[in-house]
Amino acid sequence: MKQNRYTVTANRALAPNVYRMDLAGDTAPITAPGQFINLALDGLFLRRPISVCDWDEQGLVIIYKVVGKGTARMAELQPGASLDALVGLGNGYDVDACPVHPVLAGGGVGVPPLYGLAKRLLAAGKKPSVALGFNTAREIFYDMQFAALGVPVTVATVDGTAGKKGFVTDLIPEGAYVCACGPEPMLKAVHARASAGQFSFEARMGCGFGACMGCTCQTVTGYKRICKDGPVLEYEEILWSHE
Amino acid sequence: MPDTRVSLCGIELPNPVIPASGTFGYGREFAELYDINILGSFSFKGTTLHPRLGNPLPRIAEAPSGMLNAVGLQNPGVDRVIAEELPNIQRIFHRPVMANVSGFSVEEYAETCARLDGCEAVGWLEVNISCPNVHHGGMSFGTDPACAAEVTRAVKAATTKPVIMKLSPNVTDITAIAKACADAGADGLSLINTLLGMRIDLRTRRPVIANTTGGLSGPAVFPVALRMVWQVARAVDIPVIGMGGVSTAEDVIEMMLAGATAVEVGAANLVDPFACKRIVEALPAVMDKYGIHKLSEITGGVHHG
Ligand SMILES: Cc1cc2nc3c(=O)[nH]c(=O)nc-3n(C[C@H](O)[C@H](O)[C@H](O)COP(=O)(O)OP(=O)(O)OC[C@H]3O[C@@H](n4cnc5c(N)ncnc54)[C@H](O)[C@@H]3O)c2cc1C
Ligand SMILES: Cc1cc2nc3c(=O)[nH]c(=O)nc-3n(C[C@H](O)[C@H](O)[C@H](O)COP(=O)(O)O)c2cc1C
Ligand code: FES
Repeated sequence: MKQNRYTVTANRALAPNVYRMDLAGDTAPITAPGQFINLALDGLFLRRPISVCDWDEQGLVIIYKVVGKGTARMAELQPGASLDALVGLGNGYDVDACPVHPVLAGGGVGVPPLYGLAKRLLAAGKKPSVALGFNTAREIFYDMQFAALGVPVTVATVDGTAGKKGFVTDLIPEGAYVCACGPEPMLKAVHARASAGQFSFEARMGCGFGACMGCTCQTVTGYKRICKDGPVLEYEEILWSHE
Repeated sequence: MPDTRVSLCGIELPNPVIPASGTFGYGREFAELYDINILGSFSFKGTTLHPRLGNPLPRIAEAPSGMLNAVGLQNPGVDRVIAEELPNIQRIFHRPVMANVSGFSVEEYAETCARLDGCEAVGWLEVNISCPNVHHGGMSFGTDPACAAEVTRAVKAATTKPVIMKLSPNVTDITAIAKACADAGADGLSLINTLLGMRIDLRTRRPVIANTTGGLSGPAVFPVALRMVWQVARAVDIPVIGMGGVSTAEDVIEMMLAGATAVEVGAANLVDPFACKRIVEALPAVMDKYGIHKLSEITGGVHHG
């Protein structure tokens, strides 16, 4: 983990209330897809945790949905703005632990970290397929970017306005190895359908780096801090009692 | 170079800056970021006799200039703290550490302190009396002078280490509790613990925190904490550790002028992991700015009239 300053180089809407922000700065602390950054925002005491969507030597990309004060403030930031972030937080997905054909399943703003994961899986010679779930057609984002990587992409919408009508679970073969990120009910449904995989969780965080016990959940292997021992938990260790 | 040293219950510290219990874990995460030996000491996570799972999530909420927490004293229990955490603390921190102790009965406090008494790394016991007393209808020990005194006496009898009683601000007259602890033999007092608060999510109309209420801390509470430190320091003649919203070297000096001998820093560590390092490094320059040569001399130095 490191504390760094980043410069906003782009910040634009991808879908209603969903923005992509490009940040230039040191990305050396990022060691795995699925890790997150914790952003300090003027006038707000707690930092806001956001997954790293993708990164290279020059900077990183985050994709966020405006849901409250902090994310609304983020959406107002103009290119050139400077941000303080803790980077390289959390364990992230274990690329080596994935089989050759993992399914990446994302729901809503759970989609972004799977993009960085897909790229690293491809670089490791693996052949992921991607299943994305959204509420409705106009909320879809990043399906084209995944397709541009050359991976098979399927989409489900709850109202059937695009792709398959239904949930992301309807796109996943029974018994698959799944790397998932999304709201907890989605994770639970995917977990029930999968036979193995890695699942990324959210929690309200005090620190984001393991100091406050604000985010701990119970797992088969004991207590885990979602910010430090997670946010990615293994299929076998997940207990659903914590919500 | 201005002199930042202070003495706390007979133990000398290089400076008065002490990360507060619950915001510094057992030091591990911070030792990866900077050499924590620059700190005066640190107070580790509240420890109980038995392991505690803590409260359901969410445990954290945002507040104006602060935060609420309801972690619920999650900790592995005193025996595992002694077996697993203290050896590591001794590796990463080479001065006495403060052992923060919680309990739900007088006997539990005493037993936990007795077990920590033999630990060389522990310099002081900081006894958090904000916890509910299970034998008293769940009322906090820290809200009743007689209960607070009873815990103080029991803990004093169980240890030879200096005992610092950590007071709850959720009382009408904090000086009454402070005096009761001092009269019962406390070697020092620390304050304030968090102020009871609450937030509601407008979308769900439910409390944000699963436990409904949580403790408010951070800069929002600084003036309240300062006032209580000032009141308590005038009411007792044992050292007082001031805390509540401290996030700069200026805040440290203000707390000391109000009567604090040393200062703890809590929530600031969570949003800025380098907060205590920054404060320690800024202290000499800020002392120079305000014409302070010897930090220990300013304790209680606020002028009146
Ligand atoms: C590991 C992790 C990765 C995340 N990645 C993304 C991402 O890539 N894109 C994205 O849009 N969102 C992501 N989130 C959710 C994001 O953190 C919240 O939407 C955001 O904090 C809301 O802040 P706010 O001020 O707008 O909302 P408010 O409701 O005003 O926030 C109040 C407080 O609650 C916290 N909070 C509210 N909702 C959440 C939530 N869902 N999870 C955690 N804390 C919350 C805030 O951080 C803040 O402390 C992630 C969360 C976690 C834990
Ligand atoms: C996340 C969190 C956990 C805490 N846990 C403890 C604890 O275990 N024992 C204790 O005595 N105080 C605990 N506290 C209280 C702090 O030590 C401190 O008294 C309080 O937060 C006020 O200081 P601050 O405003 O600098 O945070 C905790 C505070 C926070 C924010
Ligand atoms: S948010 Fe502080 S330990 Fe996870």
